[in-house]
Amino acid sequence: MTLDLSKLTASAVRDGIVNKEFTARDVVEASYARIDAVEERVHAFNELTRELADDVAAGIDAAVMAGEGLPPLGGVPVAFKDNMNLVGTHTTCSSKILQNYKSVYDCTAVRRMLDAGVIPIGKCNMDEFAFGSSTENSAFGPTHNPWDLDRVPGGSSGGSAACVSAGEVVLSLGSDTGGSIRQPGALTGTVAVKPTYGRVSRYGVVAFASSLDQIGSFSKTVEECALSLNAICGDDPMDATCVSRDTEDFTARLQEGATGLRIGLVRDMLELEGVDAEVKAATERAADMFRTLGAEVGEVDLPSAQHGLAAYYVIAPAEASSNLARFDGIRYGYRVPDAEDVIDLYTRSRAEGFGPESIRRIMLGTYALSAGYYDAYYGQAQKARTLIRRDFERAFRDYDVLLTPTSPTVAFKIGEKAADPLAMYLSDVFTIPVNLAGICAVSIPCGLSANGNAPGLPIGLQLIGDHFAEAAILRAAWAFEQEIGFDTTSPWLAQTAVAGRGPLAGTGRGDAEAKTDR
Amino acid sequence: MAISEQDVRHVAMLARLKLTDEQVGQLQGELSSILEHVATIQNLDLEGIEPTAHAVEVTNVVRADEPRPGLDREVALLNAPECENGYFRIPRIGSEAGDAS
Repeated sequence: MTLDLSKLTASAVRDGIVNKEFTARDVVEASYARIDAVEERVHAFNELTRELADDVAAGIDAAVMAGEGLPPLGGVPVAFKDNMNLVGTHTTCSSKILQNYKSVYDCTAVRRMLDAGVIPIGKCNMDEFAFGSSTENSAFGPTHNPWDLDRVPGGSSGGSAACVSAGEVVLSLGSDTGGSIRQPGALTGTVAVKPTYGRVSRYGVVAFASSLDQIGSFSKTVEECALSLNAICGDDPMDATCVSRDTEDFTARLQEGATGLRIGLVRDMLELEGVDAEVKAATERAADMFRTLGAEVGEVDLPSAQHGLAAYYVIAPAEASSNLARFDGIRYGYRVPDAEDVIDLYTRSRAEGFGPESIRRIMLGTYALSAGYYDAYYGQAQKARTLIRRDFERAFRDYDVLLTPTSPTVAFKIGEKAADPLAMYLSDVFTIPVNLAGICAVSIPCGLSANGNAPGLPIGLQLIGDHFAEAAILRAAWAFEQEIGFDTTSPWLAQTAVAGRGPLAGTGRGDAEAKTDR
Repeated sequence: MAISEQDVRHVAMLARLKLTDEQVGQLQGELSSILEHVATIQNLDLEGIEPTAHAVEVTNVVRADEPRPGLDREVALLNAPECENGYFRIPRIGSEAGDAS
């Protein structure tokens, strides 16, 4: 039996196993068959975890045979960004310096997904240490966008986005420090969420900027996004910044839709230089659509948010330079073989082990924190961060959800921005303020480009919510998704998914939604 | 905001990175252009604004002070580039003259 995972939701996979239409083993076969078919072109994975997958699948099939129920994500094939630890795998951060690093404990979010029943398929490619917006900064080569193989999937969680888009897995986890989940979500036409800072434990994810990092998920639908959040959210004694709150079922209120929500289109950011006209138009159309969906729609300005990019490129590298000090060639990671003394060992192991963007960020952060420059850069950036927070506080007095594009452009060509770090940084102008304020946001596809230079590429819409207001942004996202009926299968994938790999009758996406409607 | 070659070398020393002359030259240009963009925040009126270090308010979080197992020694040494007798092995620290820098 061959399943097409690009046409199956998480619930359809779980229900199919529970109802004995197929087995967890079939799901594993389908996942690796698709990987065999497309991975050479997409390169979403750094490592495949076939043995772990077979073990988990065998356990699930035995449970079903014994008449036991399955947890909410039972049998769902999932991939993890390669900065998340899982015993039995390497955790490389797509860096030479961690190329041979073996995980010695599990990341809490990964563990929670496994406890929710998922099957681990592999570890995903990323920009080295999550520094980048294209997944080109990987020591193991770039990931390609399933919508156009010559284009980037976004980054830094580009592998996690591409493997869901390509139907290699059904769900994946990524991490988002300045847009690293939402921007690749936008560029690959997937649903991509960055939860509120403190919602999800950061234990076991390799730290980039500790005051900004947050784990979230990729999926094809909003309902699956809610199911992923159900699995990963919650307090963790291993992360002191994790916020203790009652558990919430994020699927519970989806069907209330956008009715009665106050939705604010962020007008001044839409007028920023470098925002593609088509992206702007699609965002405005989305605002209009929310009006027809029963929301109260208005416009709002965030005058300080445009300074987010500058503040971020002080704060994030400063925190990163401090976090990356641990890679010293002593306890783990790459070490030069012929060091004369310990300083020689540090300086050469680090220079040879880190890639160019990591070196750039470490240098930038070290400079910003160094004597004589601290107040001018880091001190000012932290104050600017306060202004950005206040902008959002003001906006959320009048609105429940704010709308912006996720990315100023659709997917760009591989190599197009690689030579100009600053041009690459501008990709995250809409996503960065959300991290600085610690609030939540989800990116959902809102249409395809028609522009002659880059036709048929997904455009992402960002829905921003206040602290812990995930339920509101997901309700709005769900209503929008039902209305536009975006086809998440790229034309390339539709061609590649050869005859005989069609969706299994009776378990397709339409039926899955029908089931949840009951 | 231009950054000098000397600044780049000083920062590289602080960051414990042994850069080639070519890297120093390239970083001087790249860091200058990034810092020029970043310097726009210095034009904001930030007088009297409190800095934000953390976006979500949390007060001190403490756990019960009870012993619990950590990583086993073999596991902790699993990724060590070199180890000996249960310790991480490193080259000598400082020169023979006793200079600890």
